[in-house]
Amino acid sequence: MSETTFSPVDTSVDWAVRKHRSLWGDAWRRLTSLNTARAGMVIISVLLVGALLAPVVHHYDPKTDSSLRDRLKPPSGEHILGTDNLGRDVLVRLIHGARYSLLVGIISVGIGLLIGGILGLLAGFVGRGLDNLIMRIMDIILAFPAMLLAIAIVAVRGPGLNNTMVAVGVVFVPIFARLARSMVLSIREQDYITAATCVGVSRFRILFRHILPNTLSPIIVQSTLGLGSAILWAAGLGFLGLGQQPPKPEWGAMLSDSYKFLAKGAWWVIVPPGAAIMLAVLGFNLLGDGLRDALDPRMQT
Amino acid sequence: MSDNLVEVRGLKKWFPVQKGFIERLVTRERQFVHAVDGIDFQIRHGEVFGLAGESGSGKTTTGRLILRLVEPTEGSIVFDGVNLASLGDEEMRRLRQRMQVIFQDPFASLNPRMKIGDAIGHSLEIFKVATGEEKRQRVLDMMERVGLTPARFFYDKYPHQVSGGQRQRIVLARALMLHPDLVVADEPIAMADVSVRALLLDLMLQLKEEFNLTYLFITHDLATAKYICDRIAIMYLGLICEMGTLEQVYRHPQHPYTQALLAAVPVPDPHARRVKRLPKGEIPNPINPPPGCRFHPRCPHATAICSVEGPSLTEVEPGHLVACHTRFPA
Repeated sequence: MSETTFSPVDTSVDWAVRKHRSLWGDAWRRLTSLNTARAGMVIISVLLVGALLAPVVHHYDPKTDSSLRDRLKPPSGEHILGTDNLGRDVLVRLIHGARYSLLVGIISVGIGLLIGGILGLLAGFVGRGLDNLIMRIMDIILAFPAMLLAIAIVAVRGPGLNNTMVAVGVVFVPIFARLARSMVLSIREQDYITAATCVGVSRFRILFRHILPNTLSPIIVQSTLGLGSAILWAAGLGFLGLGQQPPKPEWGAMLSDSYKFLAKGAWWVIVPPGAAIMLAVLGFNLLGDGLRDALDPRMQT
Repeated sequence: MSDNLVEVRGLKKWFPVQKGFIERLVTRERQFVHAVDGIDFQIRHGEVFGLAGESGSGKTTTGRLILRLVEPTEGSIVFDGVNLASLGDEEMRRLRQRMQVIFQDPFASLNPRMKIGDAIGHSLEIFKVATGEEKRQRVLDMMERVGLTPARFFYDKYPHQVSGGQRQRIVLARALMLHPDLVVADEPIAMADVSVRALLLDLMLQLKEEFNLTYLFITHDLATAKYICDRIAIMYLGLICEMGTLEQVYRHPQHPYTQALLAAVPVPDPHARRVKRLPKGEIPNPINPPPGCRFHPRCPHATAICSVEGPSLTEVEPGHLVACHTRFPA
């Protein structure tokens, strides 16, 4: 490589320091070379476009949207995915519903990541009594089945989208706390942490400059996978009537509004929201798996 | 000022053995791994002091104790007239500028998410010696000196993009950045390719002259030690069994263990025949070291007293210390 430093090459260019791909650039290249990750990214992009553009392109007011003459119409040119029991276009509602799912996913994973991440870092780094205190509390939270815990929190705080996000976020806290703690525990035994201590780096700096950046990869993977499960849990709460309230077009709520009409043969009211949930979860799982490979800590050269 | 940079007196490190809950109920007795069990030695200014022994002999723990990465159970370490135990955390952190470390594994000792230039220059920033362009220039100079050329080419690379030998040069550069007095080198070349080992050793010797360094060189390989050390101490199960200049220990080994180790060093002559005097058995469990001389269960010359009383290090000639009751000069 270094022979490129010889003339008669253009001497105005410093060939020795040309292009070093950043670590993230490398990871991105590996990610985009994986077919499954690409599929995941396509699905998530569609979701994102739906969530971001739908309110801009088309104003949707669920309160006034009903046309009783068009009840339970099967898919046709006019209503591509048919209409539901109040004569509302299923496709329109589906697209507008993407916003709620993504919102719940991002906010609740954010809550879990922030609180759980900080608690886990502290537990792993400070250790001893604090570690025990934090992790035993996390164990208690983990002892409850996730869905039951979320239901309990929503039951106490009342149904609604905000409380759904809090409830799902709380479920994530111990997951991220454990992950962050285990990462800190394994990284702080590495030679480069000891070497940093020897160089005279303070404990605080070691945590933020040396340990934290090395915990990121698995946390990013876990967050992506978490988005998928958050969407699933939010839809579950919505289905139980504890999440976003009708008539807002949340996917879980759409399912619970219309599953009774399946008996009348109206499959189109139930399949699209179900498929949307399934695809959203699949998309995030595919991307998460891809990220796991792309961000492999062993980092193939 | 004394001519000793480091003085180690009665240094002990016992690690408590972690026991399960049930075991703790059954027995009250606390067990300890006697990693380092009372050693004394001095490292003089400007010398290469070797610490050699099998794995489990306590040589790495000794190195870590001197760097105060682990706290000693007993004994003291005096670094350039300062007792390390008397220093608070912040004072110790400042003193670390003067003592640096090189680990065995060049892959584990570099943060995979830090650019090479930043890793080398980290200490400059920490102690606010230089920042920005000045830091960059000083790092580039140091990289040239340890043979990472062209330095600009390596500056912005990440550790996984360079070879093992280059990594060890990076570690060397990082250690020397603040011009320390002492460098603890813990098996620095054990993981390097055989072809670059000699290069690295020569580089270390050359840098020692250039920067007035003192090395504590920890190794299990007596051939390597012979190449670089001025004085050497042989450790066995947490104790020093023989210590002296290279000449004294290699030419006239007095301790049966040293003799056995030297007999095990390969000779680059296919026709050479040597008398095999390898010790029988394995290195004993450091939780319950044998009574008396630690080496007596494996010693070919052991006598009755060896299993009762541990020999102390005694000077057999100026500067040459041996801990053995029998002493069979080879």
